[in-house]
Amino acid sequence: MNRRDLIRAFAASASLTVAGRVWAAPSTDARLLVVFLRGAYDAANVVVPISSDFYYASRPNLGVARPDGGNPNAALALDANWGLHPALRDSIYPLWAKREVAFIPFAGTSDDLTRSHFETQDTIEFGQAVGSSRDYRSGFMNRLASELTRVKPISFTDQLPLIFRGQSQIPNIGIASVSKPGVDDRQAKLIKDMYVHSNLASSVSEGFRVRDDVYKSVSEEMTAANRGAVSPRGFELSARRIGRLMREQFNLGFVDVGGWDTHVNQGAATGYLSDRLGELGRALVGFSEEIGPTLWRDTVVVVISEFGRTFRENGDRGTDHGHGSVYWVMGGGINGGRLAGEQIQVAQTTLFQNRDYPVLTDYKAFFAGLLQQVYGLQPASLDRIFASVKPKDLNLV
Amino acid sequence: MVALPAMIGIQPAAAAELAPRDIAMLDRLTWGVSASSAAHLQQVGIERWLQEQLHPAGISPLPEAARAQIEAMPDVHSFPFDIAVAFDQQGKSANQVADPEQRKAAQQVYQQAMNDRARQAAGRTILRALYSPDQLRERLTWFWFNHFNVHQHKANLRVLVGDYEDRAIRPFALGRFRDLLSATLHHPAMLRYLDNADNAAGHLNENYAREIMELHTMGVGSGYAQADVEALARILTGVGIDFKPEDPKLKPELLSQLVREGAFEFNPARHDYGDKNFLGHPIKGRGLAEVDEALDILSRHPATATHISKQLATYFVSDNPPDALVQRMAQTFQKTEGDIAAVVSTMVHSPEFADTLKTGAKFKDPMGYAISAVRLAYDGKVILNTLPVQSWLNRLAEGLFNHETPDGYSMVAAAWNGPGQMMLRFEIARQIGSGSAGLFKPNEPNAADQPAFPLVQNSLYFSHLRQILSPTTLAALDQAVSPQDWNTLYLSSPEFMH
Repeated sequence: MNRRDLIRAFAASASLTVAGRVWAAPSTDARLLVVFLRGAYDAANVVVPISSDFYYASRPNLGVARPDGGNPNAALALDANWGLHPALRDSIYPLWAKREVAFIPFAGTSDDLTRSHFETQDTIEFGQAVGSSRDYRSGFMNRLASELTRVKPISFTDQLPLIFRGQSQIPNIGIASVSKPGVDDRQAKLIKDMYVHSNLASSVSEGFRVRDDVYKSVSEEMTAANRGAVSPRGFELSARRIGRLMREQFNLGFVDVGGWDTHVNQGAATGYLSDRLGELGRALVGFSEEIGPTLWRDTVVVVISEFGRTFRENGDRGTDHGHGSVYWVMGGGINGGRLAGEQIQVAQTTLFQNRDYPVLTDYKAFFAGLLQQVYGLQPASLDRIFASVKPKDLNLV
Repeated sequence: MVALPAMIGIQPAAAAELAPRDIAMLDRLTWGVSASSAAHLQQVGIERWLQEQLHPAGISPLPEAARAQIEAMPDVHSFPFDIAVAFDQQGKSANQVADPEQRKAAQQVYQQAMNDRARQAAGRTILRALYSPDQLRERLTWFWFNHFNVHQHKANLRVLVGDYEDRAIRPFALGRFRDLLSATLHHPAMLRYLDNADNAAGHLNENYAREIMELHTMGVGSGYAQADVEALARILTGVGIDFKPEDPKLKPELLSQLVREGAFEFNPARHDYGDKNFLGHPIKGRGLAEVDEALDILSRHPATATHISKQLATYFVSDNPPDALVQRMAQTFQKTEGDIAAVVSTMVHSPEFADTLKTGAKFKDPMGYAISAVRLAYDGKVILNTLPVQSWLNRLAEGLFNHETPDGYSMVAAAWNGPGQMMLRFEIARQIGSGSAGLFKPNEPNAADQPAFPLVQNSLYFSHLRQILSPTTLAALDQAVSPQDWNTLYLSSPEFMH
């Protein structure tokens, strides 16, 4: 059985449904992390349409050069039409060579054209059709958690985001700023004692357990750092922590990272966006290293953003709010090393409203297809997560 | 036992000892029991206290130290329209700076100024919640803001939320529902938040119309159809915002239809003058008067009476309020044409309300938790900085003006008592219990931190609060090693969470 078959095998054997919930297959333990790039990252400069003359005409200052072995600032060839931003040379590009990352261009919200960060983020997190009567207390990852057994979900955020709100109780922890708890062990024990006969007893004891586990994991990392290990910062630090926690305790996670709203001076091969990308790439590789080679084969990481940006650069060497984006799917067992989903030639005539990438793969159909493959969810289960959505099978796992 | 002194005539009835359920009622209808509020309740008696709260004569003054903090805020001395216009100008000029880096800096200054205005507005809300004698009105002000929720981070709402609370919500919190609904409809914060400012004939935006029916009045699934949403959206066309001093250009025959009031504008050129059919009522197309007619229909609809009553009972009585109670409240609502004080009076005089006072069933949401802790710990000693409270509320995910979606914050325990959330409460209990927590350090450069210590184990504790503690809680408190430790444990106890 090759590595890609592992997640698949899970899907094939997971048809046993009890009380509407899918039993996780015994031999594998799929892990899913969704990374939300808030602010709408400039997808066209990350997965670059290198065969498009129109791209280079549209971005005289921002364009990333066509692949060229002698030029360190050139895009890295993915295939004849697409190249990867050079800031990802040492992180994501090697994963591409190992077929552990796939890109889905022209992805986004086909029913939300507001180009508003807040509204489109909400739309994606709800995973409910725009214009219908929406349940504001129900995010799609919460609905997913409700459909799975043996699921150990967690949101690595300061507050519980919309995507995880709903019927299932999901813990959250601000992963960037884990500090020593102020309530000490003696107080914790006294507090737990007070709740022994309360209906909150399990919530309180579970809370102290997660709190202590997370802190223990982080303090081990600090001990390692004190021994001279290079200490990562920012999102890379968070992602490594997430990797350790998902290796040991959780299998369904969400994290968001901001700073992608690049209206001004975003840079091209180098500069602001390049720095953010470099950090993101190191973070995702750091995550895979921490989760370890064995579990990485059963892990799927999805990177999304609310929309893409204007295809043409603006007057400030930046880009404005657009429409279609590029999603990433990563994992040791995925069918990667390719661009998945429907694609079109990148030209002025194919732009949406003559300014943005169109959306050819809707986020709901994309996630429905992916979840179906990863978890072997039945149609009824999928329909409870994304009502009336036809899953799009991109053959990713 | 409790009524004994009164029965044997030692004291007048009004000064009777307070029973545990009286303290529980006080706690439930205010932002938390404190020694002074309990003393006042004992002094005036239950029924008179309720009348004071349900029918306050005007806005009762705040303690001087709280009033002075509010007076020092610039917004309370300006006309809200002027503030919004000034910010609008500042935003526009920031966008026009030629150099991109300087523009970015100017935009940041603009954004920070707006953040500052929202923080000041939140500061006013907190000071009133802590110290207003009209406690029930303040509870209802929070409730109605949440019911007619707007989110501060949409567009320029940070400069509008304070005015929205002060002019559209608080004055009507105990008044007629119809007036409250109308006040929110006429406020630019709502018109911007739910996009009605973009709703025009030929370019319908149904967002606000849908939420009026789904959330603000009748409630989801209460019998209206998509056609009614569309009809209401058409009725609402032209209802919007205008910050420009000059009137919009209009054909002469439409001029008399133009309505402007501050930033509110009814622009007849944007209105759909066709006839409509709304909830079975034919509505003659004639301008802004259609909106009044629609609000009358909605306010008198039985589904609205039931929906509003259920929301109130969920907030004050129980996560699953008994149907019979909701129905009685709805009857009062209909009989009194939506008199909110009358509906609340029906609720507090009900046996179902009394029942929940015995069990202490209602879990405090973060706002209830944080404010009640500060009220209990410091009572009349007015805090000098509300930012720590704002930060606790944000960390507990119930920040003021900070709920993104129009449904408002959840009012049921399950939304607030998860494992991570309980941990945060204990951490915040420790901060509040261990010292003054920054509450007495004014938010000014070089301000000195005034000495203060939370007095949780006070006379009220010994006379009343202790009586309802469980043996397990008492046993834990007995092991406290310091006053700080004792405070932390008490504020973490299951009893204080309810």
